[in-house]
Amino acid sequence: MAELNQEHESHKLGMHTEQLAGRTQQVFFSPSAEENFTYPDGIAVDFNKETEFDAGPMEIRDVNLKLRELMQEGYGTITIRNPGAKHSLGVGILNRLNLTFDGSLGYFGCGLADGPNIRITGRVGWSCAENMMAGTIVVEKNAGSTFGAALRGGDLVCKGDVGSRTGIDQKGGTIIVGGRAGAFTGFMMQRGRIIILGDAGKNLGDSMYDGTIFVGGKIEDLGVDAVEGEMTETEEKWLETKLALYGMKAPNGVKNLTKIVAGKQLWNYDNLEPSEKKLVL
Amino acid sequence: MCGIAGLIHRGSSADIGSQMTSMLQALKHRGPDSTGFALYGDKATSDHVMRFKVAEQEDLATGFDIHATIVDRKNTVDERLKELGVTIKNEEQVTEYAHRYTFGFDGDLKRVIDFVEDIEGVEILSVGHALELIKDLGDATVVSEQYKLGGFAGTHAIGHTRMATESDVDIRSAHPYWAYPFNDVSVVHNGQLTNYWTNRRGLERRGHRFMSDCDSELIAVYIAHRIDQGDDLHTAMSRSVDELDGVFTYLVATADSLGMAKDVMAAKPMVLYESDDLIALASEEVAIRSIFPNEIDTFDPYEGEVRVWQS
Repeated sequence: MAELNQEHESHKLGMHTEQLAGRTQQVFFSPSAEENFTYPDGIAVDFNKETEFDAGPMEIRDVNLKLRELMQEGYGTITIRNPGAKHSLGVGILNRLNLTFDGSLGYFGCGLADGPNIRITGRVGWSCAENMMAGTIVVEKNAGSTFGAALRGGDLVCKGDVGSRTGIDQKGGTIIVGGRAGAFTGFMMQRGRIIILGDAGKNLGDSMYDGTIFVGGKIEDLGVDAVEGEMTETEEKWLETKLALYGMKAPNGVKNLTKIVAGKQLWNYDNLEPSEKKLVL
Repeated sequence: MCGIAGLIHRGSSADIGSQMTSMLQALKHRGPDSTGFALYGDKATSDHVMRFKVAEQEDLATGFDIHATIVDRKNTVDERLKELGVTIKNEEQVTEYAHRYTFGFDGDLKRVIDFVEDIEGVEILSVGHALELIKDLGDATVVSEQYKLGGFAGTHAIGHTRMATESDVDIRSAHPYWAYPFNDVSVVHNGQLTNYWTNRRGLERRGHRFMSDCDSELIAVYIAHRIDQGDDLHTAMSRSVDELDGVFTYLVATADSLGMAKDVMAAKPMVLYESDDLIALASEEVAIRSIFPNEIDTFDPYEGEVRVWQS
């Protein structure tokens, strides 16, 4: 792996134009990151064109089709009433959109999101925002397990408590939890950041090999390979900025958050350049 | 996959038959093979209510004399009850193979149960002062209509929709399981136990009986054993979290309480709604919402968590 030519490999994989600072967790470090949010195949919508509909009597598939039809018609601000904890609502939105779910979602809500700004006024079930690429998703109440599983980019926020295995296999982006997080949060985390303002359950960061976890409350225990790290000034500024975006604050200030990182040296991974790591993830 | 649900009204009763039917029907996609209800009526008396079956539903399509055999088995049940001094006060034939008896008896109930279950093809689903356990093949609506559960008034209930993974599609492998021989104790479970046979052998040596090869039955027998050893429900369930290996979320109901437990990995789902008047919990929130027209706040219990509520 040490002889890997980054430029050669990235060209071969068609990734040579991709910037590490775009569409990943590092977007907020770069004020010019906006230019990286390009959606050549996305549906062009007008944020000033608003509408809403009632999902209560509708089947899941019909709700998602209706949403797609509205986007095709140019609606950029959509409110869905009475989602009723149905599963798989709002999945696969690959363009910009202001979307509000007025109620709760079931499993796999808003998975594969790449660009939309979504607000859920209720709770979400398991696997919300799985494989999210970009955009923001804000959950006003609680979330179930595997919140943000395999997250690759964007901001995923839960203002209440989240279940176990939050951010499992996370590969980028930021997850923010206003309350408590369950066991195995950050399990096998590979990149990105998790901010937990409340307590964290046992085995936090188990088998993580990159990324950073910040915890405001008590940590029940750390998983294998997870160790406490030293907070930097840059991180403090980033945390203040990031939390302020969502009207949230660390209970005792960001300076008092506990920073958790991977403690184990993985020679086939740690010797790579950042862009090379991207190739293996 | 399986779906489980439970509800308990605090200080009041309601049409728990219809409520549990709605909740389980909303979970049909988690398991369409069979559906079961453990309903706790609000008119508990000193009499015992016994639900039993004398055949499996699938037996009806086998053999030339199955219908006569079913009648014979039922008659043998009656004879054996009479032989042990059981006075049947009321009897209902719900289906060709399922019966509901009400009887008075103050002797050794375990002996009665063992004597009845000694008849080939006969299985007692439940005995209790409040508990009535109903389970059959099909979704919640089918079973509920078949057994006329709409309008069943009571304080609490648990239920199960089953996707068969560990054992057959039949009534004996359907949930809930009654915690034989304890009055009014029933269990539903979602998950897999990995130390099933080790625990089963140990419990069988202590004299407990298993009617199926379903790992979920182990939880009912385990809880029955722990209660027999003097544990209260919360203590028995907390112990189970340490001693039962695997991934599981399960519910236990007794005459006046409802409990839930999750494994230490929190690998199986459970969503909980709690208010002063009512607790409702299910594998998926959509089941809870089936009985609430208005917006509610719900949450997930955490790993290794045990909770018990009183009616």
